[in-house]
Amino acid sequence: MVEVSVRNTDGPAREEAEGPGPRLLHGLRAYGLIVAMWVRSTMAYRTSFVLMAVGNFLTSGLDFVAILLMFSHIDALGGFSLPEVALLYGATSTSFGLVDLFLGNAERVGRRVRDGTLDSLLVRPVPVLAQIAADRFALRRLGRVVQGLVVLVWGLARADIAWTPVDVVLVPVMVVSGAGIFAGVFVAGAAFQFWACDASQAQNSFTYGGTTLLQYPPTVFSRELVRGVTFVVPLAFVNWLPALRILGREDPLGLPGWVDFCGPAVAAGVIALSGLAWRAGLRSYRSTGS
Amino acid sequence: MGVGDRDEGFIELDGVEKVFDVRRKAGFLRRERHQVRAVDGIGFTVPRGEMVGYIGPNGAGKSTTIKMLTGILVPSGGRLRVAGIDPSRERTRLARRIGVVFGQRTTLWWDLPLRDSYGLVRRMYRIPDARYRANLERCVDLLDLGALLDVPVRQLSLGQRMRGDIAAALLHDPEVLYLDEPTIGLDVVSKAKVREFLREVNAERGTTVLLTTHDLTDIEQLCKRVMVIDHGRLVYDGGLDGLHAAGESERTLVVDLERELPPIEGVAGARTVKVEGPRQWLAFAAGQSAAPIVAAVAERYPLVDLSVREPDIEAVIAKMYAQRSGM
Ligand SMILES: Nc1ncnc2c1ncn2[C@@H]1O[C@H](COP(=O)(O)OP(=O)(O)O)[C@@H](O)[C@H]1O
Ligand SMILES: [Mg+2]
Repeated sequence: MVEVSVRNTDGPAREEAEGPGPRLLHGLRAYGLIVAMWVRSTMAYRTSFVLMAVGNFLTSGLDFVAILLMFSHIDALGGFSLPEVALLYGATSTSFGLVDLFLGNAERVGRRVRDGTLDSLLVRPVPVLAQIAADRFALRRLGRVVQGLVVLVWGLARADIAWTPVDVVLVPVMVVSGAGIFAGVFVAGAAFQFWACDASQAQNSFTYGGTTLLQYPPTVFSRELVRGVTFVVPLAFVNWLPALRILGREDPLGLPGWVDFCGPAVAAGVIALSGLAWRAGLRSYRSTGS
Repeated sequence: MGVGDRDEGFIELDGVEKVFDVRRKAGFLRRERHQVRAVDGIGFTVPRGEMVGYIGPNGAGKSTTIKMLTGILVPSGGRLRVAGIDPSRERTRLARRIGVVFGQRTTLWWDLPLRDSYGLVRRMYRIPDARYRANLERCVDLLDLGALLDVPVRQLSLGQRMRGDIAAALLHDPEVLYLDEPTIGLDVVSKAKVREFLREVNAERGTTVLLTTHDLTDIEQLCKRVMVIDHGRLVYDGGLDGLHAAGESERTLVVDLERELPPIEGVAGARTVKVEGPRQWLAFAAGQSAAPIVAAVAERYPLVDLSVREPDIEAVIAKMYAQRSGM
């Protein structure tokens, strides 16, 4: 008996992630592990991967083709030249593409909440968000990032910009804070699905048990919500204002100049809030009756 | 405080409750709210190294209990500790020390072959290389997984998948293993393999095992201790033999006499329940020894052959439930 307990205690007595810092690292490490595994398994079908990535690149490029077509009839859109529009569009598209690549699967959580398969993620020693976000990681989404970058770089090269050192720093800051805000909204959207599912599930779980609620499409709903909100908020505060500064334009809202540099702070705030929402959602998870 | 101090109450529940708020559609736009007390004040302790059966009818609250013990669900009330850890507060910390198998759903990755799933488990739990290899080899060997390692999980049969899941839950040498209906839907061969393996894990590794099941053969073959839960309450906690006593179950002595005779009479503690030609059936309390009854019959009747039938545990539990609801 005594011998037995000795034998079994050496394993788990390992250092544990405590506090937000190590916890974040721990989550990122786990995320990396799962992503690496999915990438390896997609690479087994290399041709299909290449085709999908190119397809992703092309379809996400259609937006910009539409803008190009428009410019074949006009010289300026709302006072912006084609390269200037390309810069704005490219920055947003890159930010969004990055988040779609790294967190795009977070919206799958709705399905897992509804059918109770979130259970199996909760029993692993790894943050659930990392597991959810990395699940079925699709490297082909890199296509959109590449497309966004191409357009952005083209816009930066062709637009009439009087480059200052501040502008040079502002470009990556703009893209990264944009991605940060999108990430926050994605996570908040995922967290929202705990409540959405809960509300709809409550009626059914009792009568039908675990296989309920496929008729409810909170995924679709929140996806639209996410897309809608994500384009308005960052465009206004994160991409638009710094982009105007880079282009040497007047801010139509007449906001003070320092607002142009608020992107990182706004992104950090949005991410923190969405993190809280996620934790609250997770704690309200009720699984399903079998 | 040493590890030893916690061994007696390795798993510890005290007045644990889980209440689900359920809203049901009751006509157009109208919702009826009511509460389901899935677990209604349960308390028990499991010492380290024990293998315990947790049984009860459908909807009794077995899965809900397991989900609270793993930290998946936050209890609505009461106190709950596993290895000194409050599961829902420190879920990820506890996760390293427990293994979980859900009979109804897999914890593996659907699209990956078992081998990749196991590799990922190894890294997630940071299992040292040598230990991982040894554990995997042992599981593959005992659960007969060799031919399945490169098959994606979605292509496995239920029995194969279950064996794969059990292996995955044990690669990190958990101190506790929870199994929720591990033999549900399995064929006889898979069932036998799973039981054999669990017995081995419990005996060799000293892994504490808590197992819910419908199949009472699981319990009879694996567990000395059994807990019965009904409507969220513990109605029995003790040995398998005690369960018979609690359910007032009876064993049956079947005797073959030389010839057809009137029903046997005057044997203390036994009554004749059936006569069929020279064969007669005598029922006696399950807790009682068969020897004096056999002796009493043999003394006065021409006995040719005899056998003793064990009570049907299923019937015992049914009887217990009937008694409870009758009260
Ligand atoms: N997520 C849930 N939401 C609502 N009710 C639930 C949920 N999970 C379980 N229940 C209810 O709680 C009771 C116990 O369920 P469960 O623990 O799954 O029983 P068992 O595993 O013993 O069959 C049942 O009445 C079930 O309908
Ligand atoms: Mg169950």
